[in-house]
Amino acid sequence: MQIKLPFSRRREVTAETWTVCPSCESQIFNRQLERNLRVCPTCGHHFRMGIGQRIELLLDDRSFVEHDAGLESGDPLGFHDQKPYVQRLESSRAKTGLREAAVWGIGTIDGQRVAIGLFDFHFMGGSMGSVVGEKLARCFETALAERIPAVVVSASGGARMQEGTLSLLQLAKTTAPLSHLDAAGIPFFSILTDPTTGGVLASFASLGDVILAEPKALIGFAGARVASGTVGEDLPEGFQSAESLLEHGFVDGIVPRSELRTTLSRLLHLLPVAAAEDGGQTAETRGWGPIGVLSGMAERFGTAVSETIGIEVEQPPADGSGPAAPRAREDER
Amino acid sequence: MTDIVLSAAPPSPEAIESAWRRVQLARHPQRPRTLDLVALIFDDFAELHGDRSFRDDPAIVGGPALLNGRPVMVIGHQKGKDTESNISRNFGSPYPEGFRKAQRLMQLADKLGMPLVTFLDTAGAFPGPAAEERGQAEAIASSIKLMTGLQVPIVVVIIGEGGSGGALAIGVGDEVLALENATYSVISPEGCAAILWRAPEAAPTAAAAMRMTAADQLELGVIDGVIDEPGEGAHEDHARTAAAVKEAIVAALGRITRLETEALLMTRYARLRGIGLVRETEIGAGQLPPEPSLRRRIGRLLRLPGVPRRPRWSELWPSGEDADNNEEGA
Repeated sequence: MQIKLPFSRRREVTAETWTVCPSCESQIFNRQLERNLRVCPTCGHHFRMGIGQRIELLLDDRSFVEHDAGLESGDPLGFHDQKPYVQRLESSRAKTGLREAAVWGIGTIDGQRVAIGLFDFHFMGGSMGSVVGEKLARCFETALAERIPAVVVSASGGARMQEGTLSLLQLAKTTAPLSHLDAAGIPFFSILTDPTTGGVLASFASLGDVILAEPKALIGFAGARVASGTVGEDLPEGFQSAESLLEHGFVDGIVPRSELRTTLSRLLHLLPVAAAEDGGQTAETRGWGPIGVLSGMAERFGTAVSETIGIEVEQPPADGSGPAAPRAREDER
Repeated sequence: MTDIVLSAAPPSPEAIESAWRRVQLARHPQRPRTLDLVALIFDDFAELHGDRSFRDDPAIVGGPALLNGRPVMVIGHQKGKDTESNISRNFGSPYPEGFRKAQRLMQLADKLGMPLVTFLDTAGAFPGPAAEERGQAEAIASSIKLMTGLQVPIVVVIIGEGGSGGALAIGVGDEVLALENATYSVISPEGCAAILWRAPEAAPTAAAAMRMTAADQLELGVIDGVIDEPGEGAHEDHARTAAAVKEAIVAALGRITRLETEALLMTRYARLRGIGLVRETEIGAGQLPPEPSLRRRIGRLLRLPGVPRRPRWSELWPSGEDADNNEEGA
């Protein structure tokens, strides 16, 4: 992979050297903010964090290997609001250096292997479309196949509107593997960071065996604009905070960023993967895993099933007309 | 991004008019609701109430019924007929306890081996503070999870509005059908317009852009079939609409009840796994380049020119400043 280092070796002193804390309004030297894990040294406000920083925070040095790095979104609806969807994708890619709003891979936390998925809110609000859903599903399926814990660090506005109901159905696509993790005795740790709302919270993120949240993170089902528009009333302050969720029993704990790695490491020790009932069969013989589960099904149930397996690359229509839509199901009726 | 056809353009005035007409029909006040159809389709129906935890949510109804003499479990969103009943039913927008009642009925169907038939007709799950406090997101998530693993056949019929997570919470099925003028969307057109256009009056444009009509959903592979409506729409003739829905449910159940349980679950899983457009491009393994050699590391310590910094994930993915345009979904 081509590594592009965007910073010059010696940092220039610019107007962007300082950041003002939105919570206590103190001025923070940017390098100090980075050294302090993007937490305000004065008031403890947790700034949002990119995926790269999050990997360095949680995982052992150089242990992370990204999987399915090449997955890319198409434009299944030909969506165009004030700008075309593809243009929004391009500018997010340029801004973040990421190809999509989520990354998944395998790394170690104090030597313990985990399948980990991470969101970056800076990429189109961390929204979940087909590719983000696919990456998370593969993350869970690999945790299942390799019998290692799954960890997801969420930061998302919800389902990606630009892919319509295809995004909505990612809620089910990312949730379905969790029943298999339950049956196989594999723990799933969900970490909610600022902000986690909408469809991501209404799917896998709320279903962790353990759910941790960062202090003061905005966590809620309906975005403020949707809620106030629908309910037509002013919403009480803080009702969608991590603290409110703890009070009402929907998260297990609020963990400051500086303690997140040690807390996760302890929990991985305390909640180990269950001993395999089948005497340690490997992924190949179990038939689970991102490819195994699908090809295994096709073998067992024939073409009726294999036709419904649509994860291979979708080709655009040969005549070049219209957006590349997943195949219609008319042939099945 | 070059190999995918990009015909992205603002929706045409005709497309906007057509999509908005369907949205209006899906919301038509005289459109048959879940209980109307249940009365016309099933031979007997016993409504069961309550989530056994907090209260009975009238925005979701359900219970056992007989379909051509065969027991099935029925669950659906329930809108009201007039202002009074709409207020008591919260305009068909469930609270968490509604989804928990649905889960209870799904588990009963699972226990007794009864096929499940659900009717979707909601603008969305209710978003107010009380719903948040009682765990709206968790209720939807666990309902979706339960449906993905339910060991009985599931037929889903979108009869009006299929509004976002509140619809999907009872909308995971082996066959998903929709009435001709029903809609299915990730967010209401008004919500989408407010966020992406910053103008609620752009709702018809948003409706067209999201391709939320039944025909569009069939083309996208999200639903498996469209049920024709009589005349100008289902509101004109409830009996004929119900007859068409009944015929479609019976046919769908006939197809999926042939599968063994394991095959049924795997097919359902594969169906969900296949939804969406994912392009797999060739790219090397996502790994940091190897550590520089000792000689280079010394060079870096001495700040010699031409020696790269130690590669770090945070520099590969610098992320950005806090987003100016916070995208939301639902």
